Amino acid sequence: MSTSAALFTYLLRLGDDNLVLGQQLGALLSRMPELESDIAVANVCLDHLGQARNFLTYAAEVEGAGRDEDQLAMLRDERGFRNAVLMEQPNGDFAHTMARQLFVDAYQVPLYEGLSGSVDDRLAGIAEKAAKEARYHLRHSCTWVVRLGGGTEESHRRMQVAIDAMWPFTSDLFAADEVEAALVADGLAVDPVSIRPRFDTAVNGVLAQAGLRLPEDPYQRIGGRQGLHTELLGHLLPELQALYRANPGVEW
Amino acid sequence: MEQSTVTAAGPTPAERFDQLIAAGEKIEPRDWMPEAYRRTMIRQIAQHAHSEVIGQQPEGNWITRAPSLRRKAILVAKVQDEAGHGLYLYSACETLGISRDELNDLLHQGRQKYSSIFNYPTLSWADVGAIGWLVDGAAIANQVALTRTSYGPYARAMVRVCKEESFHQRQGFEIMMTLARGSEAQREMAQDALNRWWWPSLAMLGPPDEQSTHTEQSMQWGIKVETNDEIRQKFVDQTVPQAQFLGLAVPDPALAWNEERGHWDFGEIDWDAFWEVVRGNGPCNRERLAHKVKAWEDGAWVREAALAHAAKQEGRGLAATA
Ligand SMILES: [Fe+2]
Ligand SMILES: [Fe+2]
Repeated sequence: MSTSAALFTYLLRLGDDNLVLGQQLGALLSRMPELESDIAVANVCLDHLGQARNFLTYAAEVEGAGRDEDQLAMLRDERGFRNAVLMEQPNGDFAHTMARQLFVDAYQVPLYEGLSGSVDDRLAGIAEKAAKEARYHLRHSCTWVVRLGGGTEESHRRMQVAIDAMWPFTSDLFAADEVEAALVADGLAVDPVSIRPRFDTAVNGVLAQAGLRLPEDPYQRIGGRQGLHTELLGHLLPELQALYRANPGVEW
Repeated sequence: MEQSTVTAAGPTPAERFDQLIAAGEKIEPRDWMPEAYRRTMIRQIAQHAHSEVIGQQPEGNWITRAPSLRRKAILVAKVQDEAGHGLYLYSACETLGISRDELNDLLHQGRQKYSSIFNYPTLSWADVGAIGWLVDGAAIANQVALTRTSYGPYARAMVRVCKEESFHQRQGFEIMMTLARGSEAQREMAQDALNRWWWPSLAMLGPPDEQSTHTEQSMQWGIKVETNDEIRQKFVDQTVPQAQFLGLAVPDPALAWNEERGHWDFGEIDWDAFWEVVRGNGPCNRERLAHKVKAWEDGAWVREAALAHAAKQEGRGLAATA
């Protein structure tokens, strides 16, 4: 695999993670438990959409086929998406949204911090800004997980159910293949396996504080990086893409 | 000595209130105010706050379907701004001695209103443009006047809100311009949105002055600085040339420039239709309120958990200091 082909796929993976998550968070505005949470979820959503746009714009340039961020976002089908399967898991109740966010944030903080040192200046620049955002997101999701875990009996129960539901999709975040291998050697990418310990420390720390635990069932669903998704993505993409596809070639 | 006695007695609180109003100065939360003034102010600020909050819904309806990532991000930021406006306005309202929870309950019980405009559906992407251009445009016309309203916290909230609303209006206009200069289907979409949003945008500025129950007293108290009809005329005068620039037709056969008045004449607003919407029978009244109530009820366990957790933390803090 050539470096530029590997970099293109790698950027799609980074971009799609944020695009799919941003798409899901965007559906939550006006539906949150209070006005402050509507504002907070919009903030997090905007950060992920911004990251998605940066990564996808760069991906399109690396590809050099004349595509742009929107063509990449709107004209690929399920099998072409490279996001980790965690991102496409449904918003569920507030606990599910927060469990998914906690796992994403605990992964993205070390990922982006690592990528800030990439030999690829463009990628390093995007990652440096994204790392600041991810650290803020992680503080926010940790606060809520601890609050819900230690709040009422009901919130504790719901938070545990949510952790159990989202956990089986976390290993997909770290599933490396020849794409990463090609880039890590040259100092372009971060080896996902190398950031797993920091993810585990962060997650175990917050769960301990919240009085929650990880599920005992070791089952993990992987495949997103190769376009092998859960069935959920096929419902999310038509909503994202319909208007764009119905009007080919126009400006918006 | 006699003089200082007079000074010590000073004006009564009611006299002082009248003097402040007459001098065009602001009434502040600590100032005495007539009970009717307080009630009117609560009703108006609450209605405005509720409108910002419910206003998240019609445009929020297009976030997941926005036609480009750039438009999606702009729309998320806009809807977020509206929630922020709701927050400032609830805070302003709370200075009058009513809590956000009480206001929320009044909205949910249908005892306080929000702007009629948000009871219309967003049926195409162009509606997002039309709302920014027309609805935010009409809101600005109203709110620029309100920056001079007599209640200090409300006037200051309006200054902050108006700045963001002008961004919204520009972004909405830009969407309309892109559509108007786009494909045939896009142009039709834009015209259809203008057709549906034009009259509701004029009506949202409130009933005509002769029908408006609150206008006279509100003008006396400096709550209202311009009448509904004055604001409506300003909005029409500023918007018609924009529609012409877009090459879109304003859906009003009576629209004509009046050289003598120096204003645009426009047709009769269907006030019966407006009052039907205000009474709760618009296209989306039930959905909008049900959506709001559902979000609130779905979030009850979260709010309870946050309170319970805070109480436990406080308990721990006390135990630690003991
Ligand atoms: Fe607003
Ligand atoms: Fe606005």
